Amino acid sequence: MSTRITSDDVAHVAQLARLELDPAQVELFTGQLAAILEHAEDVEALDLADVAPTSHPYPLVNVLRPDEVGATLPNAEALAAAPQAEGGRFRVPTILGEAP
Amino acid sequence: MTDTVLSDPTNPDGRAPTDSLGNAITVPDSDDVTVVTAADGSRWELVCGLEVHAELATATKMFSGAPNHFGDDPNTNVDPVTLGLPGTLPVVNQKAVELAVRFGCAVGGPQSVRRSVFSRKNYFYPDMPKNFQISQYDQPIVVAGELELPSGHVVGIERAHLEEDTGKSTHVGGAGRITGADHSLVDYNRAGVPLLEIVSRPHVRSTEQARQYVAELRSILVACGISDGKMEEGSMRVDANVSVRREGSQELRTRCEIKNLNSLRSLGRAIEHEATRQADLHAAGQKVVQETRHWDEAQGVTGTMRSKEEADDYRYFPEPDLVPVDPSPEWIAEIAAALPMLPAARRARLAEATGEPRTAESVVVVVDRAQDDQAISALAHLARLAEVGGDPSAASTLAALADDDVDGLSGPDAGARAAAAPDAAKARVLVHVTQNLAGEGGADLAPVRLAELVALEVAGELTATQAKQVLAELVADPEATAAGVAAAKGFEAMDTGALEAAVDAAIAGNPAEWEQYRTGDPKVRGKLTGFFVGQIMKATKGQADGKAATALLTQKATD
Repeated sequence: MSTRITSDDVAHVAQLARLELDPAQVELFTGQLAAILEHAEDVEALDLADVAPTSHPYPLVNVLRPDEVGATLPNAEALAAAPQAEGGRFRVPTILGEAP
Repeated sequence: MTDTVLSDPTNPDGRAPTDSLGNAITVPDSDDVTVVTAADGSRWELVCGLEVHAELATATKMFSGAPNHFGDDPNTNVDPVTLGLPGTLPVVNQKAVELAVRFGCAVGGPQSVRRSVFSRKNYFYPDMPKNFQISQYDQPIVVAGELELPSGHVVGIERAHLEEDTGKSTHVGGAGRITGADHSLVDYNRAGVPLLEIVSRPHVRSTEQARQYVAELRSILVACGISDGKMEEGSMRVDANVSVRREGSQELRTRCEIKNLNSLRSLGRAIEHEATRQADLHAAGQKVVQETRHWDEAQGVTGTMRSKEEADDYRYFPEPDLVPVDPSPEWIAEIAAALPMLPAARRARLAEATGEPRTAESVVVVVDRAQDDQAISALAHLARLAEVGGDPSAASTLAALADDDVDGLSGPDAGARAAAAPDAAKARVLVHVTQNLAGEGGADLAPVRLAELVALEVAGELTATQAKQVLAELVADPEATAAGVAAAKGFEAMDTGALEAAVDAAIAGNPAEWEQYRTGDPKVRGKLTGFFVGQIMKATKGQADGKAATALLTQKATD
């Protein structure tokens, strides 16, 4: 088994992603993720010193739109799927701490 | 946990820390460094960097066509992209890219603009409907720059990147504060508004420099049309990265980020408070924990928002829905060429025109109020008047000169021209623009009107007090002229006719002297000029302008 990822890493990432995993799931995913990372090790065997990192597979840049106002949703429609709304706003539980 | 002292160049084993783009961190010296004293009496100097979030002056949002407009009813400027509804895709706003490029060109030149990649910054908070914010991480659009403050101190820019703003939460119950709130209400009108996050290097050494940096940045953003810069509407928001080091040392120590600095006043107070807090911890041998702190303006203290390990793990990765933005050199050059003159250059131009140092308060204030063109053009008119020796009390003189030679009296070349204005005129123009034209409508006064007034004043036909009164009338009535208002107020400004009559009377009363004047060599003529001007002054009880009278005598001698 690779030492690239531990069950603590998986639990930490799960917590950041707000995923509730039981210990058996943590072990299961640790093994599966380790296998994926091992597969990626094949690439590390290559000499890539002259290869620029690739963020996207497409040979495209500058897909831009003009700064023109388009359609908006009416307030009622914007709020239609909200579990709770108040005064035209989305009502949410009290937030602990402030936004990053 | 991070070490308290991150590096110390005097320690050979010390690491050389780098910034987000891998550049070595430098801290410049300055003759203005804020030093705080810890509880044990030890002295610590400030090292500070600032992050400014500026909302861009676009019509629409960063990634969709919903309006970017402040002050509308909640959740009306929203569309499916804004709300992060499933199946929606972002598309980059070209104008936002253009404004970011404009900023790069303004502070770092065309070479500071780079190919950039959008990334997802993942976190959970209700004002961010997608549970991630689209930002730029390791490949920002602007990678270098610097700002020269009015004091002359230079602050480096580490980077500037494009991102989207969040929605706005209102906390209900608990007196509007998060602690004790019953629930929160979210308005997504602001969500998705284009933001430029501008990160300075840790080159801010004093609270005054922090204020000047934010004010200067604001001036540049407004002058270039990048942002409206309204701090009170949240268009510009400032975070400060504060650390301290022993006075005189080269250490870099752990920093804290302070958020919620919504005015220039709170900026200075918060930095000083935080520096003192850290100095006390260091002096007591305790560690400063790298964390985000919140400034409480009412209590004048900073408090922990969250520690680094808890929330700074944003799991950035390239945004798969957006391809890189790579502005062409041609587009960048076009944007750079269209930039207006920036505040630092304008201060330099006004300094040259007035002979004041570029750090002089009057120079800084006039440029800050964007009245430098007015002052320079007025001085250029006065230089022109001095050049031709025209009669300042003739209301038409300056206007006629302006019509004759309008290009050189305003616009880019006026600065050099203005430098030739008489020193007395320079002093009076600066006084009027900084003090008497600071109110409503003052900036709109035509430079030629200001020049006419100053010409009368310098010629001794109006006292400073009278000039101030006349100026108020000129501001109120754009059609009025200085000579006209002065006459109406009985300030005894001489018009051309009265002066000419006095000149004619002097000539008629002294025919022999006039004959000598008319036919004599320059030396004789110079001597007799004094005689005639003296006669004219006597007859007009000192109201005449000597220079104008001299000009009239010359003219009559050659007729």
